[in-house]
Amino acid sequence: MSDVTNTAVDSTATPGVALMDQQPDDSVPARSPLHHVAQAQTGEVSANARVSIWEEPLKTHLILRGDAAAAGFREGVQAATGLDLPEPLQSQSKGDWSLSWITPDEWLLVGPGDQAFTMESRLREQLEGHYAVVNVGGGQSIVRLSGTEARSVLMKSCPYDVHDRHFPVGKVVTTVLGKTQATLRRLGDNDWEIVVRRSFADYIWRWLLDAASEHGVHTGPLLSAVKGQASHKTDTSTV
Amino acid sequence: MFYIYCPYCGEHREEEEFHAKGQAHLARPKDPDACSDEEWGNFLYFRPNPRGLYHELWVHAIGCRKFFNIARDTQTYEILETYRIGESPKLSQSTDQQQS
Repeated sequence: MSDVTNTAVDSTATPGVALMDQQPDDSVPARSPLHHVAQAQTGEVSANARVSIWEEPLKTHLILRGDAAAAGFREGVQAATGLDLPEPLQSQSKGDWSLSWITPDEWLLVGPGDQAFTMESRLREQLEGHYAVVNVGGGQSIVRLSGTEARSVLMKSCPYDVHDRHFPVGKVVTTVLGKTQATLRRLGDNDWEIVVRRSFADYIWRWLLDAASEHGVHTGPLLSAVKGQASHKTDTSTV
Repeated sequence: MFYIYCPYCGEHREEEEFHAKGQAHLARPKDPDACSDEEWGNFLYFRPNPRGLYHELWVHAIGCRKFFNIARDTQTYEILETYRIGESPKLSQSTDQQQS
């Protein structure tokens, strides 16, 4: 991965764990999996667009694995992130960070892109017992789907029932999207977060654009999301 | 099209999220070196093909990625129960248990 440069190896980390800051310095342009697609940056949405699609690039993605029944793991996650381990198919969020259930012994922690090393270090200080923390930020990205017809787009894209009574706000489901897999999380009534594999990001992006075209689609974040989002250092030039 | 209950997710999901992984409850011989060729060959290659109740190992590949067991009727394709690894099936029948 050319996006990543190892700048430091932390010698104070737990013995046996090679912990390194994977954040490149400013001289290295960081490119998200969807850096090549045209996305408006202004948040101006045309009147007839009922679906907005945009990428939240280069965020921190940490996989936590451990036993939810073990106090040392559960309380360590709470101490490091301020979030309780979510129940199956649920998620917790606080400020910029969110924690999603993936499997009975695995959770996905997502947060601001420049804090991966800080958070990983803090987790390793707090967690006890048998656990794993892996930075998977280079392998996946987040696509956001928003708007009054966002649910209609998902209805024809995946076999999972996304009706309000079956998919309330806060629920997380890993399922089939198009012909690949994605992790869906409902952030609000008309607001969805889709975690996609890096190599499938372009496929899913095109799939969603095609599926949303009948409703009028805007590619770029909504104004409300632009305000609430920390700025990312992104290179928008094409290859 | 199956509609399968995943005992780890606690929900029914579409079949395309799952993969079948063959017969469940296969016991690997504790000491392979002490097996005859026939015993080892039976363990490795030979599976019953019963008409009726059959226990299978499945994986929720696009989902929670956990393995679990399904008791299924091979004649009607009805899924009778699903249960986690390490649990015992409520339904059992000697015909689909391989001697090992």
